[in-house]
Amino acid sequence: MPDAKESLTDAQLTELIDIVKKIHGFDFSDYTEASFRRRIARVMMIKKLEFYDLKHLLINDPNFFQEFLEEITVNVTEMFRDPAFYKSLHTQVIPYLSTYQHIKVWCAGCSTGEEAYSLAILLNEEKLLKRSFIYGTDINTEVLNYAKKGIYSLRKIKSYAENYLFTGLPGSLTDHFTMMYDAAAIHSELKQNTLFSVHNLISDTVFNEFQLISCRNVFIYFETELQHRILDLFYNSLCPLGYLCLGNKETIRSDIFRKKFKVINQKENIYQKIGS
Amino acid sequence: MALDDHIIQRWQSSRILLLGGSAGSFKLLYRIVKLLPAKCSKTVIIIIHRKKNFFSEIEKLFAENSRMCLREISDKEPIAINTIYVAPANYHTLVEKQGFFSLDVSEAVWFSKPSIDVTFESVAEIFKDQVTAILFSGANQDGASGLLKLRQSGALTIAQNPVEAEMTEMPQSAIDMHAAEYVLSTTDIFKLLETPPDT
Repeated sequence: MPDAKESLTDAQLTELIDIVKKIHGFDFSDYTEASFRRRIARVMMIKKLEFYDLKHLLINDPNFFQEFLEEITVNVTEMFRDPAFYKSLHTQVIPYLSTYQHIKVWCAGCSTGEEAYSLAILLNEEKLLKRSFIYGTDINTEVLNYAKKGIYSLRKIKSYAENYLFTGLPGSLTDHFTMMYDAAAIHSELKQNTLFSVHNLISDTVFNEFQLISCRNVFIYFETELQHRILDLFYNSLCPLGYLCLGNKETIRSDIFRKKFKVINQKENIYQKIGS
Repeated sequence: MALDDHIIQRWQSSRILLLGGSAGSFKLLYRIVKLLPAKCSKTVIIIIHRKKNFFSEIEKLFAENSRMCLREISDKEPIAINTIYVAPANYHTLVEKQGFFSLDVSEAVWFSKPSIDVTFESVAEIFKDQVTAILFSGANQDGASGLLKLRQSGALTIAQNPVEAEMTEMPQSAIDMHAAEYVLSTTDIFKLLETPPDT
């Protein structure tokens, strides 16, 4: 189990963050400490590394960093995680989105693509997918390759199918997949209007204007100040009256935020941009 | 083992009460929530195994019967005194040294999310000997290694006597790992928690 080891000292942690930032250009200094420490401990345990070895690999082995990044970031995701969220998206947001000629959606921190495809299914059910485009972004190229394929193990699909049942959408999740042996591939029509690409929320900027931005269970890994910086990025990436969805435990406790967004659904953390 | 002055005094001086349980622990936790006084000068954190997608009445039931303020934990929520916090389903709950909770959606531990181990280990790291932790009935060994880490950090660690537990594996695993400094009957656990805080 993770955390079995003695944890790193504060100085070691700072040193590690510094190395990653200087050599690889990824800034983890505003990540929430407890979970970040846990992830580091996990990498050290899986790869059987002492602090010194980890440091050595990060500095001297150019291929190691990608592996490190994969393990450090949490890539656990589900299709239709929190079915109640999709329900309220369906009833409270989709009717407004349908008034747009083109619907551009940004799924920020998309990991292996489950959430982007959940949105694609929802839009498709409402016959909106043909005039929609879904951008899935993540800092991790490896998970993006996975996302592009849209192939998931049957074990996962089984648990996602349970979520789907609670969303109130017609039929079952497997209607949107082609089964092959022990895996399921999402229908190609659902993949058509999607694009998965690298984007770093911490260092990259606005790249398009969106009607809907979904960034769920990403903020839990960020310190409050960093959250505010990214909220600014989202605000500037939304069209007037565009929608922002956060994870349903990611409550934003700041006045700045309340001045810029209107609450659409408090419980599911769905917001609408006000002002231009 | 019975209650002695030493254990009572350590309970009274702790800032955090950590309660972990799974199958067979709900009724006990419910009774504890009910008996804790409004001003017990502690932060209470409850980790109970729960399934996602089930509309849960736990918070409602607990809140209606508690004299303390009761909340389901949300991300970056400040850790307040005289408050009972319940870990949400489908997240791990961690604590930060700046005094707030943080959530994590990473892999389940012992098939559980929330995992008792994850929160216990995190609390051990930050609050060390300021903690009283109790592990109740449950059908797997989640919580045992977290309780051990708490004990090693100087916390007061207690396991419900497995003889009385509906599901013995959880408290028994803790005892087998020498994680529980005390093994107490449920009556003694209630008695201990009813002892008013040190003034």
